[in-house]
Amino acid sequence: MKQPSSRIKTLKIDGQDVGAHEDETVLEVARENGIFIPTLCELEGLSPHGGCRLCLVEVKGINKLLPACVTYVEEGMEVTTNSTRLQEYRRTILELIFSEGNHICSVCVANGHCDLQSLAQKLGMYHVSVPYRHPRRSVDASHERFALDRNRCILCTRCVRVCDEIEGAHTWDVSGRGIEAHIVTDLNQPWGESETCTSCGKCVNVCPTGALFEKGKAVAEMAKKRGFLPYLTLMREKRTR
Amino acid sequence: MAQQITINPVTRAEGHGKITIFLDDDGFVRDAQFHVTQIRGFEKFCEGRPFYEMPSLMARICGICPVSHLIASAKACDELMAVEIPETAQYLRRIMNLAQLVQSHALSFFHLASPDFLLGLDSDPAQRNIFGVMQSHPNIARDGILLRKFGQQIIELLGGKRIHPGWIVPGGVSEPLTVEKRDQILATIPEALATIQRTLDWFKRTFDNYPEEIRTFANFPSLFMGLVNEQGELVHYDGHLRFVDATGKIVADGIRAEDYQDYIGEAVEPWSYLKFPYYKPAGYPDGIYRVGPLARLNIINFCGTPLADAEWAEFRELGRGAVLSSFHYHYARLIEILNGIERIEHILNKPDILSKNVRAYAEPNRLEGVGIAEAPRGTLLHHYRINEDGIITYANLIIATGHNNMAMNRGVLQVAKHFVNGTKMQEGMLNRVEAVIRAYDPCLSCSTHAVGQMPLQIQLVSPDGAVLDELKR
Repeated sequence: MKQPSSRIKTLKIDGQDVGAHEDETVLEVARENGIFIPTLCELEGLSPHGGCRLCLVEVKGINKLLPACVTYVEEGMEVTTNSTRLQEYRRTILELIFSEGNHICSVCVANGHCDLQSLAQKLGMYHVSVPYRHPRRSVDASHERFALDRNRCILCTRCVRVCDEIEGAHTWDVSGRGIEAHIVTDLNQPWGESETCTSCGKCVNVCPTGALFEKGKAVAEMAKKRGFLPYLTLMREKRTR
Repeated sequence: MAQQITINPVTRAEGHGKITIFLDDDGFVRDAQFHVTQIRGFEKFCEGRPFYEMPSLMARICGICPVSHLIASAKACDELMAVEIPETAQYLRRIMNLAQLVQSHALSFFHLASPDFLLGLDSDPAQRNIFGVMQSHPNIARDGILLRKFGQQIIELLGGKRIHPGWIVPGGVSEPLTVEKRDQILATIPEALATIQRTLDWFKRTFDNYPEEIRTFANFPSLFMGLVNEQGELVHYDGHLRFVDATGKIVADGIRAEDYQDYIGEAVEPWSYLKFPYYKPAGYPDGIYRVGPLARLNIINFCGTPLADAEWAEFRELGRGAVLSSFHYHYARLIEILNGIERIEHILNKPDILSKNVRAYAEPNRLEGVGIAEAPRGTLLHHYRINEDGIITYANLIIATGHNNMAMNRGVLQVAKHFVNGTKMQEGMLNRVEAVIRAYDPCLSCSTHAVGQMPLQIQLVSPDGAVLDELKR
């Protein structure tokens, strides 16, 4: 929640002088000033995660790249959001995501409505230059209304966060580590047997890909409705005030 | 010395295949095999997928006939949901299926087969393709392009795109038809009808040029199979399976989709990736049968549209009982284009064609479903099993080219015996061997790359594997 008393910092993003509250992230300030930084795990209304690394930016004087979604502004900071190096890194990240799972857009329920797909198009990722892993991952269709296709999950944890932070159910979580990591419901039981799931469908609508979808949707029919999230957040902030 | 001739790849066909001709010690043809040399694996990798995805997943089998797979797959899914889809949805699916039939038949006839009739089976192979036809017979090439466009445009208008439209879904179709689109399609009917009638006229006149080919192009008794409705009418979407024998007598009728395994068995041979379906009561390999345009026109009682019925009456004069020469697949294809155009017009004029009720929704209510439809090349069958969550656990597909596999092999042998002899190899003889395959319009990979000149390699191989002679196109 923004404190009106916070102090103002001045910094440069892509050569442009900008001012920001001290509790704002580089990503937030960039957006306020109409500067595009690609994101995938980030979603307005949810806490930042910093997992996908697509929002990496260059900051003068720091050797490593910093994720804009969890980097707070500092006085005199000079940020570059778009360079050949960043473009290459971002495309490589996308290639790795595509090669890690089984993302076949043409037969996906979310085709045409997918954040991963549209970002790949926007950032010019036309080919995957690393070998595909073709993992064997399961589909959990045990829920009455929704299904989870782990083949299309990119572990952005939007579902985990929305379920915990907005719905308050915390049905979703990440199990396993590294390449074994995958999302689970409750204590790793089938979704249909989850005792905490309220079947609200928020996870389905925030999912950036076709990993979470409504049953009965054919290819390219799974449009996600995300308008609810800023409203819900706003309403809660007002109530706690 | 016994020798072997290989034709690899077979040109002007959909996909990759090769032909091996075995010669005996005296240079006469002893045996011939038509191999399909690729494996796709669709039946296996769809396991574990939600059944709702199947139509679009299965449509990817083919770029020429995706609509056929969409339809057979969606019908199998309708069975899994145990729903009867809205009538308008059925009409709309039918229109798209017929549009696909017209465009695919036009591709087969004009782009792939017509160079043989128009330029001659022995003409220069560098010219013997659609581009050669464009030069020598530009009006005919234009007619072919027009008919293909007619079908493809209907598919695009209904489904949003020409190849792999996602519009056909389990339970019906995803969007109703609009007045504008209906009228747009209706406006293209007269020109399409005139074009196919013109084509029938010139093609029938060429029969006299090919007496030997008509006599020897896979001209043998076999069973024929296809869908008919209860009145015995030519249908491509609904109906039951019927088998007739070479005399035209019905040997099995009213076979429901779910009972197909009582009538059709699938044999396997080590030299081809394509299975060999056979008519079970007759056993393997005696239960040889053919599907596709020729078979359909052999099994029906009537076409159901006036112009096609008049043409069909002429077609039936070509044989006593069933028409047996596979050369006449081409003629049958043209009659089906005529029927398809007439029928599209008829369905579009139905009063409730613009109804908004075009989709049924349901959970899976059955664990097994079979969908059958007539694809351009013949009967297409999709058979799925699912678990209670709607996840595919088993899939079996029999595509038209599969049904025709035994017949194509026998046809290749017949033509090779008649036209090839090992003492002298001539390109035109080998083109006839390919042409018999082309008559069936097989869809080997179900992919779209067959226009133009592909390299044709013929090898004479001795029993010890040494290449004795080589001929390259």
